[in-house]
Amino acid sequence: MKESIKRFLRTSHLPHAWCPGCGNGIILNVFAHVCEKLHLDQDRTVIVSGIGCSGRITQYLNFDTIHTLHGRAIPIATGIKLSRPELNLIVFMGDGDSVAIGGNHLIHAARRNIDLTAIIINNMNYGMTGGQSSPTTPEQTKTKTSPYGSIEPTIDISQLAISAGATFVAKYTLYHVKELEKGMIDAITHKGFSLIEVISTCPVQWKMTPYHALKIQEKIKDRGILTKYNKPEFCEKIHHLSQLSQKQKTKNQI
Amino acid sequence: MKELIEGSQAVVRAAVNAGCNFFAGYPITPSSEIAHELAKTLPKLGGIFIQMEDEIASINAIIGASMAGARSMTATSGPGLSLMQEAIGYAAITETPIVIIDVMRAGPATGIPTFPSQGDVQAACYGSHGDYPVVVLSPATIIETYYLTYKAFEIAERYLVPVIVLIDEITAHMKEGVELPPIKYNIYKPSRKFVGNGLRRHTTGLIHGEDGMPLSDPKKYHEIIKQLVKKIHDPAVMMMETEGDRNPEILFVTYGITCRAAKAAIYKMQKRGMSAGLVRLKTVFPFPEEEISRIIRKGVKKIIVPEMNMGQVLKEVQRIANNICEVISITSLARLMSPDLLIEMSLK
Repeated sequence: MKESIKRFLRTSHLPHAWCPGCGNGIILNVFAHVCEKLHLDQDRTVIVSGIGCSGRITQYLNFDTIHTLHGRAIPIATGIKLSRPELNLIVFMGDGDSVAIGGNHLIHAARRNIDLTAIIINNMNYGMTGGQSSPTTPEQTKTKTSPYGSIEPTIDISQLAISAGATFVAKYTLYHVKELEKGMIDAITHKGFSLIEVISTCPVQWKMTPYHALKIQEKIKDRGILTKYNKPEFCEKIHHLSQLSQKQKTKNQI
Repeated sequence: MKELIEGSQAVVRAAVNAGCNFFAGYPITPSSEIAHELAKTLPKLGGIFIQMEDEIASINAIIGASMAGARSMTATSGPGLSLMQEAIGYAAITETPIVIIDVMRAGPATGIPTFPSQGDVQAACYGSHGDYPVVVLSPATIIETYYLTYKAFEIAERYLVPVIVLIDEITAHMKEGVELPPIKYNIYKPSRKFVGNGLRRHTTGLIHGEDGMPLSDPKKYHEIIKQLVKKIHDPAVMMMETEGDRNPEILFVTYGITCRAAKAAIYKMQKRGMSAGLVRLKTVFPFPEEEISRIIRKGVKKIIVPEMNMGQVLKEVQRIANNICEVISITSLARLMSPDLLIEMSLK
């Protein structure tokens, strides 16, 4: 491991508990390099995660880290950000976490344009619970809960976030890590709700070698920044509203 | 100065005076008035009011805010409390202080939203899975709604637990002429540890050691849960009051709005020369077991438990009475009970 990224990791808790060849390890590595490049202030950055294999990422990062309930990383991060807008908030979620059980929160955080960075690790199944189908499992895929092939259409996480009002949305794969690194830097420095969808791998549940699981990502084309624009950020709007309300006279009922 | 104040207004004044600077909630009858007032008041005081997308988001947002050093609360009613249950356990295991106001309406499910109830007692005490600490308070009057809401913030902070204040629809919407401390915003400065200050701590809903890191050792798990559950069993938390005869033959065990009918009943009974007394629980959970047991052993012949549910605190009382004396349940669903009904039933 590069000496310069060690300070961003809880090295005493490594090696990690993920399966050999799991995409989460690669993302952890990329994120540590992003921290180094951004000189991210470890004491002013809070990292929040949900439940699932992706949720364990917070355990290995040397920051204030919060491992929340399944699907609830975004509302917890929203509470932290609103009460301490000066903090950087980075939220790691899986596909089940962000668009199944926590789908509602993702939509509304994007709608508010609150300054969080959501990094969604999409491995297209529920890995930790044994490989069940998720909202991003391709149709006809056989999983533990779709033994005859999945009959449900998939959801496009990035397009969902765009239509809900996210002001920065990008999509990358683990095969193209350099692009992912650049994208993470762009997302974290963006003001407003930013989302990165990372097409990850789950060699164990996919029953593939790690090499093959990565290799099939090579041809994925629609990578890169899908949307990026500026819109008033939510915490700033709340601050503005607070100042406005102090000037207004209302009948005090309490 | 005496003012005409509604229960929900008393909640808001207590919250503001206790330094509450963060509210997240979702509209639900009959608790919405609390959110209405806070939406007006908190921004003026520099606090945060946010209407979230559902009750699950609301409670998680107040947990997040509290983790970041805010003094936070939410207000809801039965269906919302059901949705919040998982996060109540999360607040308990991560030792995050939060206050939840539950204005009880007739349940289950959508029930009758505009009718009063005391049906959420067991949901408040035991609703989340696993063993965990939670403190449940229940005021009977407007003035007590103020003081117990204020106290809820203190208990939450001192014991690092979620505190639920159970108010029924009547108390929330009823006005009484009361003398309350004027509104005075106290700037809240947490003395506990919170995120964003360079602690670099891990927080998790998994069973964890003192360093915050998850562990899976049955022995340690047992120790951790035992300690966690035990910490609220403190006489300072278990608040109650007694009225009427000191050694009564007929004892009413009550909480919330039904205390008022029971109080009128015991004075009428005393006038008729009967020996009657009243225990008024301000804290429903943890249940003041020893104190009530002590009173029962002083010669109580009959215990009456009037509730606006099918007998939720009744079971606690039956357990403590343990065949020492008769325990009678009086149930009135979605309607208040009159003192005369209580007297009639207790003399049967």
